[in-house]
Amino acid sequence: MTTEPSDLDRVDPQFRALPLAELADAALGRARELGAEHADLRVERIAGQSISLRDGEVTHLADSLTLGLAVRVLVDGVWGFASHLELTSDRAAAVAEQAVAVARALAPVARERVERAGEPVHRNAVHVSDYAIDPLTVPAREKVELLTERSRRLLAEDGIDHVHAGVGAVRENKYYADLAGTTTTQQRVRIAPSLTVTAVDRAAGGFETLNSLAPPTGRGWEYLTGEGWDFTGELAELPELLAEKTKAPSVQAGRYDLVIDPTNLWLTIHESIGHATEYDRAIGYEAAYAGTSFATPDQLGTLRYGSPLMHVTGDRTQQHGLATTGYDDDGVATSRWDLVRDGVLVGYQLDRTFAPRLGLSRSNGCAFADSPHHIPLQRMANVSLQPAPDGDPSTADLISGVDRGIYVVGDKSWSIDMQRYNFQFTGQRFYRIEDGRLAGQLRDVAYQATTTDFWASMDAVGGPSTWRLPGAMNCGKAQPGQIAAVSHGCPSARFRGVTVLNTAEEGR
Amino acid sequence: MTRPHEVVERTLAAAAHLVGCAVIVRETSQAVLRWANSTMTTNGHSTAGSVTVVALVGVHGGTAAGVAASSVAITAPEQLTDLVQAAEAAARGAGPARDAMPLPEPTDTDPDWADPAGVTSIAVFGELVDGLAEVLAGPQRQYGYAAHSVVTTWLGTSAGVRRRWVQPSGYVELNAKTPDLAGSAWVGVSTADFRDVDVVELAAGAARRLAWGARRVELPAGRHETLLPPSAVADLMLYLAWSMDGRPAQEGRSALAGPDGPRTGERLSALPLTLTCDPTAPGLEYPPFLSTSWSGDGLSVFDNGAPNRRVDWVREGVVHELGYSRAEAAEFGTAFTPPGENLLLTGGSTASTADLVANTERGLLLTCLWYVRTVDPATLLLTGLTRDGVYLVEGGEVVAEVAHNFRFNYSPLDVLRRTTEVGATERTLPREMDGFTRAAMPPMRVPEFNMSSVSLGR
Repeated sequence: MTTEPSDLDRVDPQFRALPLAELADAALGRARELGAEHADLRVERIAGQSISLRDGEVTHLADSLTLGLAVRVLVDGVWGFASHLELTSDRAAAVAEQAVAVARALAPVARERVERAGEPVHRNAVHVSDYAIDPLTVPAREKVELLTERSRRLLAEDGIDHVHAGVGAVRENKYYADLAGTTTTQQRVRIAPSLTVTAVDRAAGGFETLNSLAPPTGRGWEYLTGEGWDFTGELAELPELLAEKTKAPSVQAGRYDLVIDPTNLWLTIHESIGHATEYDRAIGYEAAYAGTSFATPDQLGTLRYGSPLMHVTGDRTQQHGLATTGYDDDGVATSRWDLVRDGVLVGYQLDRTFAPRLGLSRSNGCAFADSPHHIPLQRMANVSLQPAPDGDPSTADLISGVDRGIYVVGDKSWSIDMQRYNFQFTGQRFYRIEDGRLAGQLRDVAYQATTTDFWASMDAVGGPSTWRLPGAMNCGKAQPGQIAAVSHGCPSARFRGVTVLNTAEEGR
Repeated sequence: MTRPHEVVERTLAAAAHLVGCAVIVRETSQAVLRWANSTMTTNGHSTAGSVTVVALVGVHGGTAAGVAASSVAITAPEQLTDLVQAAEAAARGAGPARDAMPLPEPTDTDPDWADPAGVTSIAVFGELVDGLAEVLAGPQRQYGYAAHSVVTTWLGTSAGVRRRWVQPSGYVELNAKTPDLAGSAWVGVSTADFRDVDVVELAAGAARRLAWGARRVELPAGRHETLLPPSAVADLMLYLAWSMDGRPAQEGRSALAGPDGPRTGERLSALPLTLTCDPTAPGLEYPPFLSTSWSGDGLSVFDNGAPNRRVDWVREGVVHELGYSRAEAAEFGTAFTPPGENLLLTGGSTASTADLVANTERGLLLTCLWYVRTVDPATLLLTGLTRDGVYLVEGGEVVAEVAHNFRFNYSPLDVLRRTTEVGATERTLPREMDGFTRAAMPPMRVPEFNMSSVSLGR
């Protein structure tokens, strides 16, 4: 949601009180004097809070605040970057000098010259994310009381030996200015609750856990009190679900039809589509660390990614999306676009450096840096699988089409190779499907596949009523490491003949 | 800007009304180089700092702890007062802490307490950049990263602790690929100052590995005799070390929990293997005192200023110690066991990786591991991938590169239980745990390492 400039009033007054324009003048002016063909200044103020409870007692409660400025320059086609935590005009100019010096020092070993896509100038643009209650304005005591009450309610139930609960919240303010004249001021809020119940079997020497399925989201404190998630209903179900899980039979390894709930499928999308359609990865910029992608640009428009039912979008405008923002860290107005259409690769996530390499005149707005002390990179948009375009098939409808299969709920363990081919995921709960009906939980399940085989096996997607928007607060990428929050909308979906492992047998 | 040690003193003065207070000031200077497709990509220098206040507050039912951390330039005394107030408010919101203890008394002083922060700059890469120009001009496609940071920590507490530590860290890793991208090799080293890094020699090592790919073979998934080089051993052992918290083992929710309590005393290996954190390990030193903003299993903000010490998680093949904060140690009747910031596995022979290869009739030699994650915390079953070179060894020699990678499912506990040969410990760079630069590991032979499936990823 992009707001009118008058909504600048909603932006944290402490951030607005900073000498943002003066810092921009000092940094950008100095960079221009030193010969930079491009320069941008970011000033970021990131406020956070984390609370953790173990068995109804607080173990950790911490507030954090990061404030600093960063200058990025292009000098003769070579990037330079520097940052500092001091917010004075003199320091901003000095940081610009340092960034130019870095670019000049590295010029002899830079064998390519950077060219960037154009972008209209956005003057005095403002964006505030869609939330009701800034979680950082809610007293810590109120949060602790809520988490304590929920923890103790669960601890009182038979079969629950331990409860871990917590919440993390972030308010991110970002000011961007560049030599072209764009200036943006933004505020985003996100919140991440967590809750795990544990049952210990001393006699057998084992234990089992179950997590809340409530995902992190681009909402405020209202999320913890019932807007967007039914915590009351979920907590009521957890004891029985955990008890059933502890007694569930171990799965027989083999091939199964899977119906995957959005609470699990989002992570498979993240790993096998989200990262695989990052253009910087696809052309090798992450080869030494995060890896590359099998979905290389020479296959754009031809790569059969999955079944014709597969429609995947990149989106930095989705309401409550964790990667949603008004303008990216290249000063680009954000958008929504197709990545996979009718099962074919048709797009990438881009920043202004990479768009021209794909022959595009404009970036789709995926530049992001997680702190004032890091360089913006191409980071992930909200990459989402679209629901069935016609009708509204329910999860039960998908299950009814399975003779022998497994219904997968909630995310747990995940791993995928550096080219995004081979993955293995576990989950929170697994249900045997027999003759189109659920027939009790299973244990020790992991599903393993090659990305294109897996998505090719998708023969049904749920309708809009099954669509959810889970996500992660801490997607990692790059060196030095950066984290980013991202959501992945998806419906329930059905996959035929997927390899299922028995993790207990794997460990023998 | 106020000097860091003065920030500590002024903050402690502002917190004089509290039951106790710990103040951690950190200044970080970092320079980075990154390259891909044989050209530089993102490079820069950053200067960051933080002040963390741990406020200990008397509340109904005991003592509460709250933390406020600020990565903001300190330009006015009011900022420090505000920070103390934020930490105090956090403590009052948290309520009485189960891990409450009196702050540790001072045991040592650091004569450099009032010295300024250590710094680095892009100039630290001077010789590396010269060598890199030669490497990037070579026939292989080059990808890689070099980072150097100097982190200076000041810790002061209301109990009188005043400690300072300068931690230089650096590493460089090279990923070389054949022009057709069919072959990929990796080498990486850690360093304190880059004076001991020869990037041309590192690149030559990667090129030698690429040459092993002149012959490529396909192998099925399954249980293979596998030679884990030190980097791969480090990534597996780090997961084990991070699973050694005592409370979960006491409460039955850990792979180190047995039917009768923690598995301390249980033999994991017939070999005299010792898994250690040691703040005095030569070349791998870390602060001799504990500073933390976190309380949780095995760690407590009430322990700020406590001395770090050598901890043998596994001693001569036997589970020896688990991690306990001082409060947990009192609760469970055991010794305070602080976590460490390096990891060493010792007790093997003098054999090198090359010696293990020479002693192998048929097996796999790995380069490193990637995307390692816990599958089952009850057994510490991990999954992950091989990366940047799996080589077939026959008759004591590398005879081919395997044309693909493998996904494995295996527990580091079973690596210790089932290994049949362990070589000489050497300083190494874990590939998966990016930035963990203080590890020393041996190569290990595991007879039936579970390669669960073939990965087409290269």
